[in-house]
Amino acid sequence: MIAVPKEYQFSQKHLLGLADYSRDDIAYVLNQSERFREVLDRPVPKIPTLRDKTIVNLFYENSTRTRMSFELAQRRMGADVVNFSASASSVSKGESLRDTIQNIDSMKMDMVVVRHKSPGVPHYLTRCVDSAILNAGDGAHEHPTQALLDMFTLQQKMGSLEGLKVAIIGDIAHSRVVRSDIIGLQKMGAEVLICGPSTLMPLYPETLGAHVSYHLEEALGWADVAIALRIQMERQADVPGRIPSLGEYHQEYGIKMEHLDMFPDLKIMHPGPINRGVELQDAVADSDRAFILDQVTNGVAVRMAVLYLLSGSSESDASSRGVASGQTSK
Amino acid sequence: MTQNAMNQTYERFAMQILENYDSAPYPALIGMQSRGVFLAKRIQAAAKKASGMHLDFGVLDITFYRDDFRTKLKMPEVKVTDIPFDLYDRDIVLVDDVLFTGRTVRSAMSAILDYGRPRSIKFCCMVDRGHRELPIAPDFVGVVVPTKENEEVRVRVLEMDSEDAVDVVEMTSDGGEV
Repeated sequence: MIAVPKEYQFSQKHLLGLADYSRDDIAYVLNQSERFREVLDRPVPKIPTLRDKTIVNLFYENSTRTRMSFELAQRRMGADVVNFSASASSVSKGESLRDTIQNIDSMKMDMVVVRHKSPGVPHYLTRCVDSAILNAGDGAHEHPTQALLDMFTLQQKMGSLEGLKVAIIGDIAHSRVVRSDIIGLQKMGAEVLICGPSTLMPLYPETLGAHVSYHLEEALGWADVAIALRIQMERQADVPGRIPSLGEYHQEYGIKMEHLDMFPDLKIMHPGPINRGVELQDAVADSDRAFILDQVTNGVAVRMAVLYLLSGSSESDASSRGVASGQTSK
Repeated sequence: MTQNAMNQTYERFAMQILENYDSAPYPALIGMQSRGVFLAKRIQAAAKKASGMHLDFGVLDITFYRDDFRTKLKMPEVKVTDIPFDLYDRDIVLVDDVLFTGRTVRSAMSAILDYGRPRSIKFCCMVDRGHRELPIAPDFVGVVVPTKENEEVRVRVLEMDSEDAVDVVEMTSDGGEV
């Protein structure tokens, strides 16, 4: 458990990015996630908490694990789930984002989980509809639930985030995970270092507020935990010449067994999906010092906690249900 | 109700709960967050002291199963649930401080049934204050206190409230004490 002031109250309405969340907000979400993690180990891993909620997963960009993880979290809490993917919808017929969301809103959705290639789309949606909006990744801006599950896993495995040294390695320039991770980890008192070839670094890396290194071994020697990022093959095609070849990237920035031997306390994480033999050597991905599959399980718990905490916010007027009274039932 | 009276009640609960059991498996206690947890611990200790029997002990938070949080603006904080034994075919005694509308117990039964299929569930409470809204009756009761709707029954435990006591407090419509 992370200490939160006694008088603290969670009062966020959306999850657009960790930039909007305070240190206490993040600590509270992580603490509550532990309760939901326990549900996943029950004989019947299902609770009725959101059974009166309808949630739409609005995915304008491909995603397997984030969408599955959100959907599983929603179904584990009994919510009705509607999935929308841009490729198989009226978007291909030319409907605008705003029209799509307003149509969806007319069907009375309580919460919207959105992924989009353009940064700022989740924020834009908050101005179009009353539903609670959860960002599942917007361009290279933020991916807050990924950062929350990374922090939850670090807290669980390393005991504390305070003073922890986390190196993030790979395609820093294109990564939304990096931005959310840096913001979140620094708020929680951890130190972050980013490392990658200069062609995959943003123009002014120091503005991210993290330490910067261009040498893998220097980064790994410094860190308690290394988060390897996926080389986004689909974006490499758009930007030829950022890395000479995948083989050369692996040679210079891939984490290999020799590194685990060289730094015996180093632990490994990866947001997935892994390109084996690129960011991580096969044996590293499968080693017991990699928390990659824990991250996946924890992701469901963290998303359940976020959905739970934000599910109150779409009810602007509880008394309209005609049941409100100050009396708590015993 | 004073600390002394409460202690006698724990001893009585322990005797009543263990009646008819001469060998294991004994009934298991599940304390409901928050104060039920401490009451269940006392009953466990009383059973140990009186007969040397060890009763399994678990903690249950029913937030996930509540039917009233839609009436509130903030989502309540979820507390720990920890049931470290297999419920299957066991006799379970649920422990809470106050029985009022019965809605909390209803939620607790739903929660327990998600953990397995116990042989039976019984309910033990320190105070039955009436005003039931569901067909639920306690099996073991400390005291029955007829109350008015605008009164609040407060069970206090040393661990949380720095004393052991039970009080009835009249409330004003805005939630303050009279």
